[in-house]
Amino acid sequence: MTTVAELPAGFADKVLSAQATFRSVMDAMARPGSVQRVTAGSGVPGAMMRGAAAIALTLFDHDTPVWLDPLMSGTPDVGKWLKFHTGAPVIADSSICSFALVGDARALPALDRFALGSNEYPDRSTTVILQVESLTQGTAFELRGPGIDGTAVLRATLQPADLFDRLAVNASLFPRGIDLVLVADDAVVAIPRTTRLAAKGD
Amino acid sequence: MYVAVKGGERAIENAHRLLAHERRGDCDVPELSLAQISGQLSLGVDRIMTEGSLYDRELAALALKQARGDMIEAIFLIRAFRATLPRFGATEPVDTGQMRVRRRISSTFKDIPGGQILGPTFDYTHRLLDPRLAEGSEPEAPATAEASAATMPRVTDILGRDGLIEPSPQVDADSAVGDLTREPLSFPADRDLRLQNLARADEGFLLALGYSTQRGYGRSHPFAGEIRLGEVEVEFMAEDVGFAVPLGAVTLTECQMVNQFKGSATEAPCFTRGYGLAFGQSERKTMSMALVDRSLRARELGEEIIAPAQDEEFVMSHSDNVQATGFVEHLKLPHYVDFQSELGLLRKLRKEFSEAATDTAAPMQEAAE
Amino acid sequence: MNAPVYNFAYLDEQTKRMIRRAILKAIAIPGYQVPFASREMPMPYGWGTGGVQVTAAILGPADVLKVIDQGSDDTTNAISIRKFFARTAGVATTTATADATVIQTRHRIPEAPLHGGQVLVYQVPIPEPLRFLEPRETETRRMHALGEYGLMHVKLYEDIARFGHIATSYAYPVKVNARYVMDPSPTPKFDNPKMDNCPALQLFGAGREKRIYAIPPYTSVVSLDFEDHPFTRYRFDAPCALCGADDSYLDEIVTDDQGSRMFVCSDTDYCENRQAQGHRGSESAAPHKERPHG
Repeated sequence: MTTVAELPAGFADKVLSAQATFRSVMDAMARPGSVQRVTAGSGVPGAMMRGAAAIALTLFDHDTPVWLDPLMSGTPDVGKWLKFHTGAPVIADSSICSFALVGDARALPALDRFALGSNEYPDRSTTVILQVESLTQGTAFELRGPGIDGTAVLRATLQPADLFDRLAVNASLFPRGIDLVLVADDAVVAIPRTTRLAAKGD
Repeated sequence: MYVAVKGGERAIENAHRLLAHERRGDCDVPELSLAQISGQLSLGVDRIMTEGSLYDRELAALALKQARGDMIEAIFLIRAFRATLPRFGATEPVDTGQMRVRRRISSTFKDIPGGQILGPTFDYTHRLLDPRLAEGSEPEAPATAEASAATMPRVTDILGRDGLIEPSPQVDADSAVGDLTREPLSFPADRDLRLQNLARADEGFLLALGYSTQRGYGRSHPFAGEIRLGEVEVEFMAEDVGFAVPLGAVTLTECQMVNQFKGSATEAPCFTRGYGLAFGQSERKTMSMALVDRSLRARELGEEIIAPAQDEEFVMSHSDNVQATGFVEHLKLPHYVDFQSELGLLRKLRKEFSEAATDTAAPMQEAAE
Repeated sequence: MNAPVYNFAYLDEQTKRMIRRAILKAIAIPGYQVPFASREMPMPYGWGTGGVQVTAAILGPADVLKVIDQGSDDTTNAISIRKFFARTAGVATTTATADATVIQTRHRIPEAPLHGGQVLVYQVPIPEPLRFLEPRETETRRMHALGEYGLMHVKLYEDIARFGHIATSYAYPVKVNARYVMDPSPTPKFDNPKMDNCPALQLFGAGREKRIYAIPPYTSVVSLDFEDHPFTRYRFDAPCALCGADDSYLDEIVTDDQGSRMFVCSDTDYCENRQAQGHRGSESAAPHKERPHG
């Protein structure tokens, strides 16, 4: 059993690391498709990428129920590390979580298994943090929507292969919907519910 | 020649220096100590603690001194400080049935177990200015007697035993108590949040609303079931040690109103409750709070909502004097950009109006000629 | 006594996290007002507590902060808020619009075009554009949920019937990303077009009313109007008396009690820049000099 002392560390400088990480995520959310970097260093429990760990330390706390996919929950360190450093309750019911942490993108559950918010309170919805292979190389995804000057091209190697087809549901659900944060190592890209796939290339 | 005004920073510094000077007043007069304020202006300190929602007499006295006696300014100072304090959790519910009572009255029964205790009250004083206070004099020592060993059950508990009053709503002990200072408020609000809002609410606002219910704007036929003042123990459940740890005692005033009964085909009629609780000796506040709490239960009790005091959005959105004073006083800030925009529109409308008037007036002038 | 100790940028980390989460949802749902548990700040409600909380949640040591009120860096409340952050966060401050990374504003959008590296934080008194048509939060929330904005159009049209014009000259309602009707805060309607397709991120904080909302960069922001009564900007038809600008919003200065007036840029940084570049107005023969302090 891992003791608290053996858990990977959190941020060395809680205040400034959280601020810097938040600005990266905010810029990512404000400019969908753009690749932002997480620079703040922290310990990283197995199965989590650096970017995902920093985002968790920045945004999770007692008030944010977190759902873990089987890969994450199957790594004992992840739950303990989250509990110790953020205090966030890890819950089994994905439909009421504030954040979902998905380590194995191929096993991403159907999006309607997460909280989509209501028309009155569309903000009460899950932000899904999805770890992917690359956010700089791979298929070209041409994106449109608020935050994008015309179109933006994201090159990414990601699963599930039909991710953007699934996200199309955001168009009909709006203002309800799922906001997605993609992480590959220290790279972060956000796909908020307003972003639409314009074209897909090689 | 006009030059845009600079030097606002210096103006602000100078204004604050002048404020500090005026606050001190005549330096030949001894400066107030916090102990004097806390001890001799104690009801003011109680109000600051209640509406500031922070139990700390010394800080409340400091706030009153810093605010030059302005209660709302002092409450604001306490609130702003409170907002920065870390939270360790919620205490166990206090048991006012176990209060070390200093004052306790009921208007519903002539005598009650434990008796009626007048305690330190303005009631039945003749409101005649007392020149002896101006001169400074030692008050007589208070009368003392052996403390009674009798318990003092709450009047509502006595009524409750016979089912004459609705049971006090029981909540699941594990369910978290709402906190509108930590969670954004949404409507409709549950009673825990309503009571928190009322406890922090401006005394004058609640007084006026409570008064309005007595005059027929949402009448609730209230009786002051009991008002008690005294000290209660506060305990905190420490997860690590597994039992409740005593933190100390606080002075509280509690008011339980007994109101107009309800009943239905399936439920026997019984009295209903209105509840007020405040730090220190704050009787007017707790009575007003209990009246408004009862009227805000209109929705829950199936009563028609026809009066301001029954309207939770109206009451809760306007009860907080720190919010209210900020927004009212923000009208002091410059608004000349918006005013200029309004001026432009008004000038345009007036010009069009006078042009239209000239157009219609012209033929008439011809006719007159 | 419990002596106060304050965190970087004043707010505690738990509060910042809560505000940061609200900001992210606000960006994801442009124009929607996200409820947040606004804290009691050491300045009064109605004096910028919402903007201050948003700024405190995003500000970092590398930021350069500009604070304006009525377009000016030197109004007392702007100075007070700028000093607050200089003291609690130790950030660099500036009056130059182009140099700032975070601009907190009350009632104006700077004249100089904003760029992508900037965040504009608005102080908002009443975030609900429907509030004066329907005072109940429960009702206005339902209207936003259904996108049911007929009431707003009725109000604007009643103005036209009565005055011949839409009688809203500031806090003029806009529709964001073709979905939410939003209050732009009490900026003059002159500034409305600057919000549309703006390269900078725009964040709005209402402290007393406990709402945060946002316009992401490059987002459509349309002022509500009618085909036969299109939206128009208003500025007093005169050049600035100091810099000669004929494209800036003007303050009216009353110079005597005989009805004399002069008109100068409300955006002081814009005006000073133009004067530094040699532009002159009717009242500014000599190069502009700052009045010495004290």
